[in-house]
Amino acid sequence: MGQFLQHLVNTLILGGTYALLGIGLTLIFGIMRVVNFTHGELYAFGAYAVFALSMLLGANFFLALVLALLGGMALGALIEIVLLRPMRGADIDTTMLVMIGAWIIMQNLEMLTWGGVAKAVVTPFPEVPLVIGSVSVSYLRVFVLVMALVLIAATYFLINRTKLGKAMRATFQDADTAALMGVSINRIYTATFAIGSGLAAAAGALLGPVFLAFPTMGDLAALKSFAIVILGGLGSITGATIGGFILAFVEELGAGYVSSGYRDAMGFVIIILVLMFRPTGLFARAERIG
Amino acid sequence: MLNMTKLGGRALLAATFAVGFAAAATAQTKIGIIQPLTGPAAASGNYVANGAKIAVEEINAKGGVLGQKVELVIEDNKSNPTEAAAVAEKLITRDKVPVLMGAWGSSFTLAVMPKLMEYKVPMLVETSSSGKITTSGNPYIFRISPPSAVEAEAFAPKVQALGIKKVDFLVVNNDWGRGAADDFSKMLKSKGIQVGLVETMDQAAQDISAQLNKIKNSDADTLIITTAVEQLTLAFKQAAALGLKRRIITTGGSQNPDQLVEHAGAAANSTMHLTFFTPWKPEMSGNPEAAKAFIEEWKKRGYPFAGLTESFRGYDGIRTIVAAIEKAGKAEPEAIRAALWNVELKGMNGPIKFQKAGPAGKESGQSYPGVYLITIEDGKIIVPQS
Repeated sequence: MGQFLQHLVNTLILGGTYALLGIGLTLIFGIMRVVNFTHGELYAFGAYAVFALSMLLGANFFLALVLALLGGMALGALIEIVLLRPMRGADIDTTMLVMIGAWIIMQNLEMLTWGGVAKAVVTPFPEVPLVIGSVSVSYLRVFVLVMALVLIAATYFLINRTKLGKAMRATFQDADTAALMGVSINRIYTATFAIGSGLAAAAGALLGPVFLAFPTMGDLAALKSFAIVILGGLGSITGATIGGFILAFVEELGAGYVSSGYRDAMGFVIIILVLMFRPTGLFARAERIG
Repeated sequence: MLNMTKLGGRALLAATFAVGFAAAATAQTKIGIIQPLTGPAAASGNYVANGAKIAVEEINAKGGVLGQKVELVIEDNKSNPTEAAAVAEKLITRDKVPVLMGAWGSSFTLAVMPKLMEYKVPMLVETSSSGKITTSGNPYIFRISPPSAVEAEAFAPKVQALGIKKVDFLVVNNDWGRGAADDFSKMLKSKGIQVGLVETMDQAAQDISAQLNKIKNSDADTLIITTAVEQLTLAFKQAAALGLKRRIITTGGSQNPDQLVEHAGAAANSTMHLTFFTPWKPEMSGNPEAAKAFIEEWKKRGYPFAGLTESFRGYDGIRTIVAAIEKAGKAEPEAIRAALWNVELKGMNGPIKFQKAGPAGKESGQSYPGVYLITIEDGKIIVPQS
């Protein structure tokens, strides 16, 4: 029973992590329809930003988190303006190639700047875990879960309850009509990409200290993010959140009770099953054709 | 102006050719190196490559080998077996290197091995632990790192003293990790010690809490972990967060204990590690003078102390290869292969001398280095006296 409870708590912690990775990408890949291969590198950027600010420059850890998020947004805006704006109207394959190029360049720049040795970030949270009965969890991971839920709620609110969110949804449904209604299309594109990037950087900033910061850390994060977004349904914040928790649940219990060797495989089996029975993902909204 | 530019361009072109011919004229002895310079194992691969570079500079400062300078051609296997095989082919066919050193991970080395058979070029294996490497009948393999079985044998006398009754394993899911679990299990069972769970983790996995939680609920007293330093750091931190209290022993020699202390903090305390070089006590080395000089040079170049437990292999590997070229009298693959059998030198972790391993008639060479069990206590590395 103790083992099962601990697995459930682990699922909650890991699910929060996955959901956080998923929502940033669902904005860019799901709503903007840009196959964003730089997502993992923005995640790595967030982790290195926190390392540089808090470990090298001695900034407060929480301030470093906020700055990493803002830095990620700025970097995202730059990528959108420099790489994607000239590609507007190009087909999805061309854009994809550009993003693959950007991914390789960014990852190699990280390698050049920081070297291959992993970096560890020390946080103000105690190393001794929080123990409740038979369940044990680190304070840092509880903090990450809470922050993930806050960011998910904020993104949901932004997309579904604000004027900017409405303009975003309008733009990506029908850019011409949105423009005719007075929406500044270019600004919306940049803003959406920046927000999605900021969320990726925030995920990296929160998880870098939990794990380690190293140049290829973004690869696995990006792979999981794409899986979560596809599982949840493109463009759905709720879908990405629930998708994250489902993936965590399957991996955790699969490794705990079936076989750890197939831990990652089990996540993908679930995705294949979902796609077989609900090809648009669990929570995709009905698509408007034409 | 335009003409001037054109002229300049032609002059440059001519100069390039001239330099090219000049380089070809002063022949050099090439050694190919395959290491993971990027990807998850990048840190370790770069340490090994840097150790190799120090060896080459030392050798060249003393006049090189057979009157020629030694030149390293270093290629990146990107922590990927497919890439490892591809760059081996490139080094052999395009760079025409007569001998290779590599490829750090067991899976990378195993991927390179068929190429050695195909082109009949020998390779010195400096790090890989999987038993399969020297038992599969590849006569072009010469290994200076201990295979897991040798490591397990070296650990065997300590099992009793530590009072180990039942062991669980947590290993990286590749040839190295699974091989270590097999070889250590065999040794433990022969001593009547129970083997419990054998859990695996993907090379890139970061969250290992599920496996650790399962292990926490077993009744074993000891956990043996085999993986590289980054994943060990994560495993220690996550084990501490889960309140997993158990004797932890790591194998494989890629733990970089100083990095563990720095990154895992208190979570690394009272963990034990099987290592193959003790830079904390160079006087314990199989070649104390060389070890001290190497450590000195490593520090002078500003490389991190933690890298020494990896880099010494690159240094020893190149020295072994050069000794073989010297003995062979010519830098040709077959001559080097034959000469490697007769090489004898003092390595950092004991004498390097190859003994036959694997099926008769197509034996691989295996050298038997020292293995040390160190402990981390209060953030300090404790090296035993013997």
